[in-house]
Amino acid sequence: MTAETKKSLSFQDLILTLQAYWAKQGCVILQPFDTEVGAGTLHPATVLRSLGPKPWNVAYVQPSRRPADGRYGENPNRLQHYYQFQVLMKPNPENLQELYLGSLDAIGIDRDLHDIRFVEDDWENPTVGAWGLGWEVWCDGMEVSQYTYFQQVGGQDLDLVSGELTYGLERLAMYVQGVESVYDLRYNDHGVSYGDVFHRNEVEQSTYNFEHSDVEKISKKFEFAEAECKALLALDKPLPLPAYEHALKASHLFNLLDARGVVSPTQRQEYIKRVRDLAKGSAEAYANSEKNGETE
Amino acid sequence: MAEFLFEILSEEIPARMQVRAGADLSKALTAGLTKAGLTVENARILTGPRRLTFVADLPLRSPDVSEERKGPRVGSPERALEGFLKAAGLSDISEAEIRTDPKKGEFYVAVMESAGRDTDGIIQDVIPEVMSNFPWPKSMKSGGSSFRWVRPLRGLLVLFGGAIVDVEVGGIKSSNTTIGHRRHGAGPFVISSFKDYEDTLEGKGHVRLSHEDRKAEIKSKAMALCADKGLELVEDEGLLNEVAGLTEWPVVLLGDMDAGFLELPDEVIRLTLKSHQKTFTVRDPKSGELAAHFIIVANQFAPDGGDTIKAGNGKVISARLSDAVFFQTEDAKLKLEDYYEKLDTVVFHKKLGTIRDKAERVAVLAAELAPKVGADPDLAEQAAKLAKCDLVTQTVIEATSLQGQIGRLMFEREGGNASVATAIEDHYKPQGPSDAVPTDPVAIAVALADKLDTLVGFWAIDEKPTGSKDPFALRRAALGVVRIILENDVRLSLNETVYKQWFSIEDFIVTKDVSLPENINSSEVAELKAELSLFQKREKVDRGLRAWASLLRVVGQQNSPLIAFILDRLKVYLRDQGVRHDIIDAALTDGQDDLVAIVNRVKALQAFITTPEGENLLAGYKRAANILKSEAKKGELPTGDANLPSDEHGAALFKALEIAKSEISVSVGQEDYSKALTSLAGLRIPIDAFFTNSQIIADDTAVKNNNLRLLGMISDTSRQIADFEAIQG
Repeated sequence: MTAETKKSLSFQDLILTLQAYWAKQGCVILQPFDTEVGAGTLHPATVLRSLGPKPWNVAYVQPSRRPADGRYGENPNRLQHYYQFQVLMKPNPENLQELYLGSLDAIGIDRDLHDIRFVEDDWENPTVGAWGLGWEVWCDGMEVSQYTYFQQVGGQDLDLVSGELTYGLERLAMYVQGVESVYDLRYNDHGVSYGDVFHRNEVEQSTYNFEHSDVEKISKKFEFAEAECKALLALDKPLPLPAYEHALKASHLFNLLDARGVVSPTQRQEYIKRVRDLAKGSAEAYANSEKNGETE
Repeated sequence: MAEFLFEILSEEIPARMQVRAGADLSKALTAGLTKAGLTVENARILTGPRRLTFVADLPLRSPDVSEERKGPRVGSPERALEGFLKAAGLSDISEAEIRTDPKKGEFYVAVMESAGRDTDGIIQDVIPEVMSNFPWPKSMKSGGSSFRWVRPLRGLLVLFGGAIVDVEVGGIKSSNTTIGHRRHGAGPFVISSFKDYEDTLEGKGHVRLSHEDRKAEIKSKAMALCADKGLELVEDEGLLNEVAGLTEWPVVLLGDMDAGFLELPDEVIRLTLKSHQKTFTVRDPKSGELAAHFIIVANQFAPDGGDTIKAGNGKVISARLSDAVFFQTEDAKLKLEDYYEKLDTVVFHKKLGTIRDKAERVAVLAAELAPKVGADPDLAEQAAKLAKCDLVTQTVIEATSLQGQIGRLMFEREGGNASVATAIEDHYKPQGPSDAVPTDPVAIAVALADKLDTLVGFWAIDEKPTGSKDPFALRRAALGVVRIILENDVRLSLNETVYKQWFSIEDFIVTKDVSLPENINSSEVAELKAELSLFQKREKVDRGLRAWASLLRVVGQQNSPLIAFILDRLKVYLRDQGVRHDIIDAALTDGQDDLVAIVNRVKALQAFITTPEGENLLAGYKRAANILKSEAKKGELPTGDANLPSDEHGAALFKALEIAKSEISVSVGQEDYSKALTSLAGLRIPIDAFFTNSQIIADDTAVKNNNLRLLGMISDTSRQIADFEAIQG
């Protein structure tokens, strides 16, 4: 039986299958984080929980928001809101590669027919002071996942190395279903398409992001989020979790300003640095508290 | 002898690191085993995506070693004997042997025997040592272990004479098993020897062990597939090495793409296929044009003959090329020059402004340099401004390595001047020591101006390379300047050019290039600095240059640090061509900054110094210099010019020197260094005669002082050509 003759997974079944698969491997299945983030990695369950000496296995779907990538629902591949499926296993089990390949089997990628490759791709996220080594995973020349062994987060060496997997869900579903436009994806097996669910959202959010967002108020909100984050970190007993949330809010607010095209190149560098200081500061505070056992 | 087989199994090693890692492993193991006294024979290394394999023949044991230590004479004092016993590790002198030597008489010798070791034990020591200190360009930890490897370690196969040698590294224990290809023969397989290992993996394990074998197989199969269709593979050694590092069992497939994409520039197609998809392009051997096919190297065979793999790759390539078409169409909506203003949005360096600021500076300098390289100043200025425009096109933003090429293509399509088009692409050259230098005059002007502006700029903001750190590739830029000038025979005063370019860097004061020693803060320096600041305008460059040169002299520097940096690159370049370093140093006198003249002088000098005349003259020069040096130690040397000596040989030398001095000055002015050296060589006879027949350190102080002045003249006359003091031998 080939991938073409077998009925492929709908978008929601793809998610359900991945969740069930990783639950079986011992992962906690979380629901999406409720603050806008640009990538699933930034969820505190990944960035902060990868710090410290406690084991932690988790999987979750996370919507990613990238205001500047909006195309008013007209581009078949680009969205300002899309989903990533994220797995973090700390410490990385010895057979993580095999577990990952098993997840491809589970979602119906026939590895006899498809050429799966691990191609060097090291990962770095200066905003949270993190880097790791790993690969892009290719299926017939297409990147279907990012696979990373974290080495540093928040500028700190890790006690335990985490293995992180990120699946770009829309892209993977398009591949599994063999469709050319994200809006043509079967969302379920009852006639609902991805476009039915999200097209209007893409149009309206793009219109808002590019035309109607209130630059002045968003700038003020940025200042507020920044001040709040700094205040929380300056406490005698810092509160890294809420501080980190405010850092993420500041990051998203900056992305909104950037999408409006009101940020000059010099200002841009400035904003990025400010966000970086907040996120890194929060991660460092979290790492310190884990080290000092304050959360016990 | 018995066979040592060692395989390190890991998760996928980056393709670019495998071959180097194999060489490093082989070298380190051989060194470790040899150091332990084993002779390593028939060593071989095999590398692939998931494994490094070393095999060699080793003796069963390291040999017994007997070391001798000579001691004091028999009957030496107690203290000497005690010291000897301690150093040799003996408890009583009776343990030492007594030997006899005709010169020394009877003396003690300690003979220390150390027994050989079993090779197993040596292997157990060497493997962890080598693996813990392995020079990976980047390495990582995994799980809770502190051991570092390039990716997680998965297995160690260690056999000596067919038996497992127990080793544990990074939490992995050695065994006699390995695994094969993920889909076609995972194993595990029990291995008894290298022959068994090779047969098993190359057979049911489906692993081609040798990088070279995989390369050869991929190449021949790809060529055959192309030939079947009447086509030809576009060979690419870098890509071939990469795909050979991405596959354990390479399967070559010919895929199809939409012929419509062939409208794209070849460079764009080739780059998209190569860098994004790691696939080869294919061309029609008759027309030389790209064909609507590509070569994929898969890591497995498939039950459908690879159709799914081909279709999948084809789809990704279509999507990538569609993006490229979109970018090209978008880019073509504007002319190349229309992108100029947008260069203001890209920062070159925070302290040196945007790319547009840089392009403005380069344009001014390129126009100034144009007449010196035979280019039209207006074209050079135009090319300098257009050269960076493609950096803000979508095509180049997506694929940076196409910078220059896209600008050239766009300008050609607009029907622009051919020299300007060439300069847009070639001004980045040379990108490395083996890259060609630009040869079109306009390209030469822009390439030189671009690199000099970069050098002056980073010097201005004090971002010079230090040690191994050169983040802005300034050594490469300086070598580029040297090569462009020499290979195109460009006559240029570097001092003047560099000096002028300082003023293009806003708010920059020339004195920043001169490191003023702290103790020199005299009014003279202050005055010169003030004078310089008055002449910091291009139109007052002559007076400015003079002030600058005076300043350098006052602070005791032959050249400003940037000029010295460029001259250092020149030395490296000449040394690589086999020129003796002392001859280069000798030719680099008096703040010379015309590289072509320097090299001509170096070559003439190198030829001259190896002739008998050259050798004799050098001997004469050194003799004169040595006398002056030893006299200088006794007291100050007499100043002023020499008078005509009263003795015959001194007078002959004096006259010869006066003639030679003016002849040499004329020849050097005409850059005829061979002629200048011939005039110098003519001094050999009067110098020799003077040394042989005259008493130089005469009793009469006046005569002696005049003789010393005469020797000074020899030195001064020679110095017009080179500093012979620097020449060895």
